[in-house]
Amino acid sequence: MTISPEAPSRAMDLLRFATAGSVDDGKSTLIGRLLYDSKAIFEDQLEAVEATSRSRGDEYTNLALLTDGLRAEREQGITIDVAYRYFATPRRKFIIADTPGHIQYTRNMVTGASTADLALILVDARKGLLEQSRRHAFLCSLLRVPHLVLCVNKMDLVDYSQEIFESIADEFTAFAAKLDVPDLTVVPISALKGDNIVTRSENMPWYEGPSLLHHLEHVHIASDRNLVDVRFPVQYVIRPQSTVVADYRGYAGQVASGVLKPGDEVMAMPSGFTSTISSIETADGPIAEAFPPMSVTIRLADEIDIARGDMICRPNNRPAVSQDIEAMVCWMDESRPMSVGGKYAIKHTTRSARAIVRGIQYRLDVNTLHRDECADGLGLNEIGRVKLRTTVPLLADEYRRNRTTGGFIIIDETTNRTVGAGMIIEAA
Amino acid sequence: MKGVNAMTAAYRVSHLDALEAESIFVMREVVAEFERPVLLFSGGKDSIVMLRLAEKAFAPARIPFPVMHVDTGHNFSEVLAFRDARVEELGVQLIVASVPEAITSGLVRESADGMRNRIQTPVLLDAVEKYRFDALFGGARRDEEKARAKERVFSFRDEFGQWDPRNQRPELWSLYNARVHPGESIRVFPLSNWTELDIWHYIARERIGLPEIYFAHDREVVDRDGMLYAINEFLPLRAGEEPFVAKVRYRTVGDASCTAAVKSDADTIEKVIDEVAATRITERGATRGDDKVSEAAMEDRKREGYF
Ligand SMILES: Nc1nc2c(ncn2[C@@H]2O[C@H](COP(=O)(O)OP(=O)(O)O)[C@@H](O)[C@H]2O)c(=O)[nH]1
Repeated sequence: MTISPEAPSRAMDLLRFATAGSVDDGKSTLIGRLLYDSKAIFEDQLEAVEATSRSRGDEYTNLALLTDGLRAEREQGITIDVAYRYFATPRRKFIIADTPGHIQYTRNMVTGASTADLALILVDARKGLLEQSRRHAFLCSLLRVPHLVLCVNKMDLVDYSQEIFESIADEFTAFAAKLDVPDLTVVPISALKGDNIVTRSENMPWYEGPSLLHHLEHVHIASDRNLVDVRFPVQYVIRPQSTVVADYRGYAGQVASGVLKPGDEVMAMPSGFTSTISSIETADGPIAEAFPPMSVTIRLADEIDIARGDMICRPNNRPAVSQDIEAMVCWMDESRPMSVGGKYAIKHTTRSARAIVRGIQYRLDVNTLHRDECADGLGLNEIGRVKLRTTVPLLADEYRRNRTTGGFIIIDETTNRTVGAGMIIEAA
Repeated sequence: MKGVNAMTAAYRVSHLDALEAESIFVMREVVAEFERPVLLFSGGKDSIVMLRLAEKAFAPARIPFPVMHVDTGHNFSEVLAFRDARVEELGVQLIVASVPEAITSGLVRESADGMRNRIQTPVLLDAVEKYRFDALFGGARRDEEKARAKERVFSFRDEFGQWDPRNQRPELWSLYNARVHPGESIRVFPLSNWTELDIWHYIARERIGLPEIYFAHDREVVDRDGMLYAINEFLPLRAGEEPFVAKVRYRTVGDASCTAAVKSDADTIEKVIDEVAATRITERGATRGDDKVSEAAMEDRKREGYF
């Protein structure tokens, strides 16, 4: 029942996924099993957990303890923050953003989903879809997670019933259709017994889809990247103080989207100056093409004035340049709500600005999707559509088209805490 | 369909390339946003990889920040020699924050068991204050230890260098919040998403040199509480202990008085990778006497400002 023991090779690719589920749906058990079956759990970790389980009088080795990091949480028996876990198979390296299902839920889930290629939502087959399951699905679609997997867990407790599985799957599929989820897969599993986790289960011959791990290993993610719109936020200008490479000037950054090649005509935003790419360099030498998520250094044929926060793109395919931004904002601060007239710092790509809240168009009830148009603020874990005016123009795309140039964070200028996450709907 | 696959295949990025790109992005972000970054260099494989990534992030310019070694005085000579050669080669400034000097000056007191891991923290914080560093690169990985799994890439520390696990900044996309008040700082972990195996694959791919103690060699050791310790001036023999020669290598390199070796025949990088892939015990569990004390040992040290 274990995954092939051969060493993960160097040619694997990387899949980041977030997990979500209500308390006791079996999320920790599932993660524990994936880590265990892929040999990402070590004997000393298992021993520590066994010892803790024994001392607490648990009847079984509580695999949940494996993924329960901090003392405060252990003492209260709850997980309160996103934790990252790692495992690999010969095909892929996986990074799990494990988002806990308690009070801070929305904040944690939004954080975990922001970098995820895939989200895994768990439901208990006995309970079916809960309000929370819908909320999880909604947050995944809000964050534009390209692939969604619904795991109907604890199938062993419903006699591996096809009927129960299908009714949950149908209900969820109908709901997801309204959310415009690009890719949905539903898998019946038992995290505890291991059914349909690594291999297809003999207990559910009626299920014809892949095991969960097979799906995670094979889901096609390469084309999730936007390879069309060239966006290169300039991060840092490399100008060596050295006579060996005198006059060197390179624009360092990570490709947000699109494909760049030497010889391409490019435009620097917001100045609008154009030039051509003379070379794309890395410490290992020049390269013929750069695409996401590569970190490279771009050199241009002409000396034009470009600084951190500027963006290199193509003359005929540019982001909006705007100080007026409409965005869905998720508020993450417990001490003070976001309110109209509030001023904040924001960070968008490599650009920093200040912003004032011009208006809150509506607050969204994430359970019913009802819009409250009379809201005058957003409290912790609330989501709403907000109008912002920024001190300097942002070089912005719609979040649904570009997760990198469409997302921003909001920072409280007094406490310096990250208090909100924004997804641009429109930059006018 | 064939066309689409052919195209995306051409834009394939391996996991090591993705990890490298992310780490380089993080390092550039720090240099762009902070006044005085510094890279904590222990001579261990993770900090060696981190230094390599720094070299790549700013090429062809030199690494635009100094390197700091918090020196417990209990060193493996191979590691010190390696450190000095590497610093020389890169042309970076080396700052040594010395624990023995801090003991002499009375900043810290030697603990009864002679272990210097815990007293490293005040020495580190003292140097941070003295040089007014506002960002410290550390080589910690989230897969190392449970308390690290929730650590941010940019981890905020208050003016006492303390970490508050309940009060961490949410970290979304690749948008890192670099704002601090004077006296506060950020610990930055560019290797957060790397695993031990990723580190070894990268060392092999990049042909990164390492101190020889990472590879199997014959060494005089004693068996103490099930761990193999090298006998040296910092780790005297205890009554009744019988030293013996064994073929060993180190999986982590820390203070020579509390870092243990593991039995191994892996004398090449390929063999090390095979061994790491097959290993069933975490590297800290296998080699760090200081983490054995309690399950919460690491978390306590981190709160106090340990790296
Ligand atoms: N029978 C059965 N029990 C399960 C399954 N998955 C989890 N459980 C049990 O459900 C309880 C809650 O699981 P846990 O993983 O802690 O849930 P979490 O709160 O979602 O992390 C535990 O007692 C598990 O043993 C399953 O597939 N079948």
